[in-house]
Amino acid sequence: MMEKMIFGRYIPGDSVIHRMDPRSKLIFVFVFICIVFLANNAVTYGILAIFTLLVMLVSKVPVRFFIKGLLPILWLVIFTFFLQLFFNREGSLVFHYAFIHIYSEGIRQGVFISLRFMLLIFLTSLLTLTTTPISLTDGIEMLLAPLRKVKFPVHELALMMSISLRFIPTLMDETEKIMKAQMARGVDFSGGSIKDRVKAIIPLLIPLFVSSFKRAEELATAMEARGYQGGEGRTKYRLLVWRTADTLSICALAVVIVLLVLFRDGGIL
Amino acid sequence: MADSTNVIIDIDQVSFRYPEQETYALTNISFQVYKGEWLAIVGHNGSGKSTLARLLNGLQFPGKGTITVSGLKLSDENVWEIRRRVGMVFQNPDNQFVGTTVQDDVAFGLENHGVPREEMVKRVHDALKRVRMSDFLDREPHHLSGGQKQRVAIAGIIALKPEVIILDEATSMLDPVGRKEVLETIRQLKQEAGLTVISITHDLEEAAQAERMIVMNRGEVYREGTPRDIFQMDETLTALGLDIPFPVKMAKALKARGLDLPEIYLTDEELVDALWTLHLNK
Repeated sequence: MMEKMIFGRYIPGDSVIHRMDPRSKLIFVFVFICIVFLANNAVTYGILAIFTLLVMLVSKVPVRFFIKGLLPILWLVIFTFFLQLFFNREGSLVFHYAFIHIYSEGIRQGVFISLRFMLLIFLTSLLTLTTTPISLTDGIEMLLAPLRKVKFPVHELALMMSISLRFIPTLMDETEKIMKAQMARGVDFSGGSIKDRVKAIIPLLIPLFVSSFKRAEELATAMEARGYQGGEGRTKYRLLVWRTADTLSICALAVVIVLLVLFRDGGIL
Repeated sequence: MADSTNVIIDIDQVSFRYPEQETYALTNISFQVYKGEWLAIVGHNGSGKSTLARLLNGLQFPGKGTITVSGLKLSDENVWEIRRRVGMVFQNPDNQFVGTTVQDDVAFGLENHGVPREEMVKRVHDALKRVRMSDFLDREPHHLSGGQKQRVAIAGIIALKPEVIILDEATSMLDPVGRKEVLETIRQLKQEAGLTVISITHDLEEAAQAERMIVMNRGEVYREGTPRDIFQMDETLTALGLDIPFPVKMAKALKARGLDLPEIYLTDEELVDALWTLHLNK
């Protein structure tokens, strides 16, 4: 079950990007998502594409993983491309046959929007591909730390995230086990009408819920027995180190922002 | 061993009832645990042995009576200090694994007690070395076997340097190999660090290796003694819903066929030795 899922998967590796601080990577991706919308002409999209490709190269993650990440969303990319292609009525008429009218602006916008989608997906999958879920959690916890001032339960959120991450494979295994056990008793999970299928989920869902409650209780007891009293007075085993590479990556991003602002339509140049 | 200066846990007239339940889970329990001993608590299902374990760790408080752990009386103020001194390994290896990786899990207890990081790293590595799991530092729980997970749980406890370690049926979900591994690890640790071990178990072979045994029946201490004493009562034990270890059974069967085996043999070796002697003397 886990093997097919590419989203959120971590590919162990040893590149500069793998060794970067999760905080810098999170900031990087967040800012990148915002600046993608700054691009509005061929030059600026070119800059972004080259930049993304460079980052992907540095990460040394095989390209097939990016493609796999893109596949589930590919229909959306194609759909928006054609939407632009057929319904954008700006620019000069390039081609028309019967009721189909294709304008130059439609092609331009279609290509740009698809490209924007792809860049976003590549960079966000790069984040999860090169960062372990637990260091992502650590990064999020540290970045959210200022919110403690407004009584936001940062430690609790981080703990919940790390426990959920740790239990995903365990619960997956259990789901499969229950499924097989119910199949052995004659429950059909793959056939029948929609109504039958929904009904078939019940003997899977209820045992799974009940056992999750039991697990939660046992885990809470074990945590308490090991002295867990909440976030107060805890020290941290994991250490995040901000290195030169992190500062450099943020600087590179700043350079890209400057370039984008300079070269975009209606920009300074 | 049994002098009063050596007592690490003192349980005095303890009774306990779960809320919303009429019958007492434990009635008038009194016994002492001595420093550095291996004590096995056995009993049928529902005899109150797991409840007892939870009381020793302060996960439940006694309704009546007192529990004293190395001089500290169990109370709201002392409970965290007592939990630091009494480590507990539970039954299900999956449900007590808190960390996302082996080293995170071992560090969890240390983090809770605010141990500084450098000290933590040292203790985590040391504890994992002791349970022979050093090669698995970054392994995730779903890639470990049950016995390995249980050894990590033990490492998490010994990193806290407790005085007492309670095994609450810690081997009951493991296969024979995993069980042997875990018990061997505990035995070594006990020898090296002078730990006191309280093992709560169904497994009579495990109990036979203890220095002292307590048999629980319906929330009361039925009998206390060395494994040799306890297994002497074989018929009575069976009546209490317990089994007897294989060598004891074997010796009994051989005796029924006319072999002269007067004693109780707790391990295979003892029985084999006795048979050798018998054979040579013929």
